[in-house]
Amino acid sequence: MTVTQTDFRAGLMDAARPVPPGLSDAHGAGAGKRFDVYRNNVAVSLTEALEQAFPTIHALVGDEFFKAMAGVYLRQSPPASPILSQYGATFPRFLSGFQPVAHLGYLPDVARLEQAMRESFHAGDAAPADPAALQDLPPDRLMSARLILAPATRLVRSPWPIHSVWMATNRDGPAPTPGAQEVLITRPEFDPLPTLLPAGGADFIEALATHSFGAALATAQRGTPDFDLTTTLGALVAGRAIARITEG
Amino acid sequence: MFDTNQAKTNALPDGVGVGYKPQHFADLIHNAGAVKWLEIHAENYMGEGGRPLAQLRHLAERFPISVHGVGLSIGGEGPLDADHLARLRRLVDWLDPAVFSEHLAWSTHDGAFLNDLLPLPYTQATLTRVADHIDQLQEGIGRQMLLENPSSYLTFEESTIEEPEFLRQIAARTGCGLLLDVNNVFVSATNLGYDPRRYIDAYPLDLVQEIHLGGHDEDEDDHGRPLLIDSHGRDVADPVWALYDDTIAAAGPRPTLIEWDTDVPDWPTLEAEAARAAARLEKVPA
Repeated sequence: MTVTQTDFRAGLMDAARPVPPGLSDAHGAGAGKRFDVYRNNVAVSLTEALEQAFPTIHALVGDEFFKAMAGVYLRQSPPASPILSQYGATFPRFLSGFQPVAHLGYLPDVARLEQAMRESFHAGDAAPADPAALQDLPPDRLMSARLILAPATRLVRSPWPIHSVWMATNRDGPAPTPGAQEVLITRPEFDPLPTLLPAGGADFIEALATHSFGAALATAQRGTPDFDLTTTLGALVAGRAIARITEG
Repeated sequence: MFDTNQAKTNALPDGVGVGYKPQHFADLIHNAGAVKWLEIHAENYMGEGGRPLAQLRHLAERFPISVHGVGLSIGGEGPLDADHLARLRRLVDWLDPAVFSEHLAWSTHDGAFLNDLLPLPYTQATLTRVADHIDQLQEGIGRQMLLENPSSYLTFEESTIEEPEFLRQIAARTGCGLLLDVNNVFVSATNLGYDPRRYIDAYPLDLVQEIHLGGHDEDEDDHGRPLLIDSHGRDVADPVWALYDDTIAAAGPRPTLIEWDTDVPDWPTLEAEAARAAARLEKVPA
């Protein structure tokens, strides 16, 4: 009797299904518990991959709940490629629709923050521009210059205090208080660094991708008249996130 | 068939390597001890940059590197993943490793990667399919690959070819080399009730360019028979060391890897395990 990989996979992902006939224990009986070795390997290894990718979510919901939730996710969204450092990109969206965590409204955005940090960890390298070059530019030339950000730079905006949740969980930060937060992720060397931005900071940094420094500043000031440029630029410089400054 | 005359010469030394874990980076640079080479899992080094690639660049200046793929699904019913093959080519071109190896197993089906080395039946049909995939891989990365024997927990009723013979015929058709995992032989032999020494006797040892050793866990099947699990989470078992001694006595010294992938120990423990293998290897005349 032939066992196709379609049969094998279906049995692997659903422990309620019988072990595919045609598999044997080599002693004259069906494979039985031996098939469970593969079921277990798949579920445990993929759950571990999600745990590594989303340590804050794991800490927030607890080990037992996380493992049960991961079991649901990995069955409906198994990895699409063998690069496990990319597995779980759709986990934040899954959390948004997963009824048992519906009362933890901030959870999907905390997961988006962790996903952004993981992308930053594996992103391409870029030597930072000399910060002095920024200070030395005359104002009119600065306004027309373009700031090219390092590939490891990410932004996450949320109506929830996701940076505070991350800090409270991972760095013994104070208990979060309600409020929207915008987080900049930079990679000063090898470890991604989440930094809380002042109001308008995300508008400014997002606009830098397609606009001059001056146009990005105007964008930020339209939404936030008292936009704090110094703090925002300081976060980019400290995070070594400005890769190049180009003029013309 | 891949032309092995054009293949890169095997540059792994006949010494002991370990599977690289980032927590051992500083120890490896300052205190490698018995460890003469390193093996990495290809899929962990397919990002664009950051710490993984920086560490690998550093290590490759000091150690010969073996790249071990765990995700191409050579035994899969479907075609090889062209994107993944291209990623492997990119890594191999950049790193220029001493050897590249993959598994006699499948892991991807219908676009889903299941992250385990799943078994396949040994028939004329699967032999042809695996050989075609290895031809495609060797052409794709422009070098010879080594094929590793799996650890087995069950058998397929439809199988008609013994595993050592299956591997011999694959190698003959494709020109690939072999990676002999001695722990897998012991695990499979125990689970499926045959003599591991008969497997070694039947296995084409002249094609072996690398040996793997690792730890396994002990369980029981539904009928109380021993069921060994290839966990890579502890030290190498005594009967596996004995089988290793017999294997290198027959084959001659071969580059040997200690695999310890879960419950990863501190560096002195891992280095001591490598030293145990090195002491056994040194007793074998070249």
